[in-house]
Amino acid sequence: MKTASQLRKLADGSRLVRVTFAGTDFQLREGGNLAAEMLAAGIGPFRYTPVSGAPRNPYCMMGACFDCLVEIDGVIRQACMMEVREGLSISRPAAGEAEHD
Amino acid sequence: MTEADLVVIGAGPAGMSAARAAADAGLSVVLLDEQRKAGGQIYRDVVRAAKVRADILGPDFHKGLELVHALRHANIHHITGATVWQIERNTRVAYTVEGAASFVTGKCLLIATGALERPIPVPGWTLPGAMTAGAAQILLKQSGMLVENAVLAGCGPLLYLVAAQMCRAGTPPQALVETQSTANILAAVLHHGMGAIQGWRQLAKGLGLLSELRSSGVKRFTGASAIAIEGSEHVEAIRFTARGRRQRVECSTVLLHHGVVANTQTARSIGVPHHWDELQRAFVPEKNKWGRTVHPQVYIAGDGAGIGGADAAAITGRIAALAIAGELGAITQAERDAAALPLRRDLRRELAARPFIDRAYPPYGGALSPADETIICRCEEVTAGDIRKYAKIGCRGPNQTKAFGRPGMGPCQGRYCGLTVTELLAAANGLSPQDTGYYRIRPPIKPVTLGELAGLAKQIEDEKETAQ
Amino acid sequence: MESDYAIIGGGVVGLSVAWGLLKRGRSVTVIDGDDGSFRASRGNFGLVWVQSKGMNQPRYAQWSQQSVKAWRAFSDELRGNTGYDVGLEQNGGYDFHFSEETLAETVRKYETLKAKLNGDYPYEILGHNELRREEPEIGPKVIGAILHHQDGHANPLKLLKALADDVRRLGGRILNDKTVKSVSRTGSFKLECSDGTTVEAAKTVLSAGLGATELGPNMGFKAPIRPQRGQVLITEKLPRIMNRPSLIARQVEEGGVQIGATNEEVGFDDTVTLEGLAGLAETAIETYPVLGKAQLVRSWGALRVLSPDGLPIYQKSTEMPGAYLVTCHSGITLAAAHARFIPEWLEETPDAPDLEVFNEDRFAIA
Ligand SMILES: Cc1cc2nc3c(=O)[nH]c(=O)nc-3n(C[C@H](O)[C@H](O)[C@H](O)COP(=O)(O)OP(=O)(O)OC[C@H]3O[C@@H](n4cnc5c(N)ncnc54)[C@H](O)[C@@H]3O)c2cc1C
Ligand SMILES: Cc1cc2nc3c(=O)[nH]c(=O)nc-3n(C[C@H](O)[C@H](O)[C@H](O)COP(=O)(O)OP(=O)(O)OC[C@H]3O[C@@H](n4cnc5c(N)ncnc54)[C@H](O)[C@@H]3O)c2cc1C
Ligand code: FES
Repeated sequence: MKTASQLRKLADGSRLVRVTFAGTDFQLREGGNLAAEMLAAGIGPFRYTPVSGAPRNPYCMMGACFDCLVEIDGVIRQACMMEVREGLSISRPAAGEAEHD
Repeated sequence: MTEADLVVIGAGPAGMSAARAAADAGLSVVLLDEQRKAGGQIYRDVVRAAKVRADILGPDFHKGLELVHALRHANIHHITGATVWQIERNTRVAYTVEGAASFVTGKCLLIATGALERPIPVPGWTLPGAMTAGAAQILLKQSGMLVENAVLAGCGPLLYLVAAQMCRAGTPPQALVETQSTANILAAVLHHGMGAIQGWRQLAKGLGLLSELRSSGVKRFTGASAIAIEGSEHVEAIRFTARGRRQRVECSTVLLHHGVVANTQTARSIGVPHHWDELQRAFVPEKNKWGRTVHPQVYIAGDGAGIGGADAAAITGRIAALAIAGELGAITQAERDAAALPLRRDLRRELAARPFIDRAYPPYGGALSPADETIICRCEEVTAGDIRKYAKIGCRGPNQTKAFGRPGMGPCQGRYCGLTVTELLAAANGLSPQDTGYYRIRPPIKPVTLGELAGLAKQIEDEKETAQ
Repeated sequence: MESDYAIIGGGVVGLSVAWGLLKRGRSVTVIDGDDGSFRASRGNFGLVWVQSKGMNQPRYAQWSQQSVKAWRAFSDELRGNTGYDVGLEQNGGYDFHFSEETLAETVRKYETLKAKLNGDYPYEILGHNELRREEPEIGPKVIGAILHHQDGHANPLKLLKALADDVRRLGGRILNDKTVKSVSRTGSFKLECSDGTTVEAAKTVLSAGLGATELGPNMGFKAPIRPQRGQVLITEKLPRIMNRPSLIARQVEEGGVQIGATNEEVGFDDTVTLEGLAGLAETAIETYPVLGKAQLVRSWGALRVLSPDGLPIYQKSTEMPGAYLVTCHSGITLAAAHARFIPEWLEETPDAPDLEVFNEDRFAIA
């Protein structure tokens, strides 16, 4: 599930906070863009499509493609439109997961 | 219930400059943008980014700072993180902030929702690791992140800009795979000749970028075709034909781009008519020279009204604001016209280079008419071949293919398949894109939870009662 | 002569009838409007439904039942011919109730109807707890439901696609993007389209949905139909949360939950409204509270094709012998009947169904 990150982060001294994705803990920069921070942490794929079960990661980073969908507190949301907060519990959207498993 | 003289959707250069100009004229303005920070696509998160990354982003970024600072005005109420999902009766705008829905009603509405990158369906474009060049830029501006081991593919000024920014930051791309050919550029030069000189500033910027790239030694392939991205679970390489043979470059990210097109979702959702612009090869909304649409209270400015770039966006925003201020009686007709005169001159200069750029960097043909197996609707995973098949059983327009095969029904609501479906159907039926048409866009233009929606039922009741 | 039949309108009604005629060996030309025309066939709720229909006209309840019983074979045949599975499920459907009074009132009406149908009206009443066993996600405000075993649902878009495909496969001609402007009869029928195309046929069927209001009077029909708007919502794809469809919500095979529909008399206006969407969302959440967190991804408004009493109209023209009006509100439910039985009626075979109660004379009396 975790692949090597393809992103290099320019240092900015932000605080790291704990979030979980699919049950695993990650340390991400507080207040950072959630999709970006997840990518930089090497998290992926974000989801599997409900149609064919294909893996997907962010594509547009501007809220238009919906490939960064993740589930947080039972609501499916665009990770690229959210900020990192301490304790976020993130999972892959359920419908796609079901078909993938 | 909130009210304002003017509701602006989008806090990019167009929306920001319009908000300020309207506020200066004495109008109350509510400015909505789903981003948490003002700036739009070009000046994304500019206040923070300019401090830490100005060297990489280039000097233009500073213009954005000015626009953002100008939002500090008593008449402007900027609601951040506000996702607009429905407009009704033309100026009642419903939006969600942090899981709570509300609506605001304006006397006038300005749509300044900007552009989208043109869909670029090539084999493998749905793989993790395939992103738009704009996405890479957003990662840099907003998060200070650089994509490593990447190949840039496609064409157009933004592709060069992103490449240059990557070089400045010390993570140059593996290669630049460009789809335009020297013939395209020559044709553009011949067609425009010295006419393009009027737009010299933009062209000079482009030339500057190119020489920057040359000195950084990034490998460039021009006239590339048959682009395909390889990988099983993630991007592993890109393949293409260039210099007369098949090429393969290993990489872990492919950044795709072949121009930007107006994001027409919002205007279409309220029935603003659009027409096909052959040069931009996309639909643009119909409007008069003030940006006014067929709905008299609704205006549209910036790249969402047709691509002109950031400076043009700011100007069209101001022009629309003047018209709205005139309409609402805040300024006289004469004041409006006098103020608009120099703006129109600036606008002409800004737009002078556009036709040249459109001709020199035409969209990649392989993505306008993809091979049958290529997925064209990312959400519902519909292929180009499916669309051609539906044309054979009588589909003349995209609303029929949508009913038959679901393209455009997923969460992105056709943003990344609409133009492709129009082009494919037009070609299959021997019709023009204009006659083929586009999806009928319905609310919500961004998803909203049923819970948020139900929460509005009471607010609507209350509003009805006060109205009685 | 070009064709035995010209069919005006390529929605679910026109295509079902065309399909049935082709199977009887007739030659058929279907003329269908443009991409932007009103098409109830593309905006409906997809129920293949019996309960609550024909409360005042048992023949309508019976006609719906005949169709529902013919549906399985109809959908199997379409799948066999085209490979498209139209997703028919006939495991019963619910009418949910939020108060004991409405439930009792409905049961009383169903009992009256059941007696008139000689007992063929298989339904049962489920109290809240029984219902919960069937539908674990049901909310506390739902006091009970009527489960009717003849009810079900299908995918109306796949039905339309399968019909469009199979009508062509059977040799039917479909002219898309054409609007019939006038119909004349001198021996045979001559139809003129707005783009200048003409079509000739021995007989013609007017099944143009709301388009019949314009053409009908010229062909000797009253065609007293009107639009009624229904707004419908659909969520993102969700894991399975409901087992049977209802008048409030149904989960489509792809996973999305479809929620409907409003009943609004607003003329030819098919836009969606905040009030409409918010109201539908409220009811849906009361029924299935988990839906509160689901994202709405699409909504639409579509116009029902309604006669004054809501029943179908099957009328032979006396002014223009050989012209027929076929129109109804529940075109999905009745698709199988239109495909199997209406051709018999058009051809006046001994097996023709008795459709007397559905002719237009009933409106003259009222
Ligand atoms: C990804 C991308 C990157 C680009 N980068 C550059 C660049 O570096 N240099 C350059 O010259 N040009 C760039 N462009 C071109 C760009 O379109 C223009 O330069 C300029 O940003 C246009 O300004 P605008 O005000 O019209 O729209 P934008 O700047 O795009 O602003 C539109 C705003 O509307 C908001 N919005 C849209 N829909 C909704 C909604 N439903 N609810 C709430 N808010 C909404 C968006 O969040 C956005 O902030 C880029 C375009 C894209 C798509
Ligand atoms: C919100 C809603 C929910 C519904 N739910 C259900 C349900 O759950 N179950 C059910 O059974 N039914 C349901 N219905 C009803 C069902 O959708 C309709 O009965 C059915 O679609 C009618 O089909 P039609 O072919 O008559 O009309 P349409 O689908 O409207 O087709 C008419 C066709 O005629 C064409 N046309 C019109 N004028 C001309 C002309 N002059 N020349 C050529 N072509 C012309 C048009 O282009 C159009 O394609 C619902 C309807 C709505 C609106
Ligand atoms: S990455 Fe496209 S919507 Fe988030």
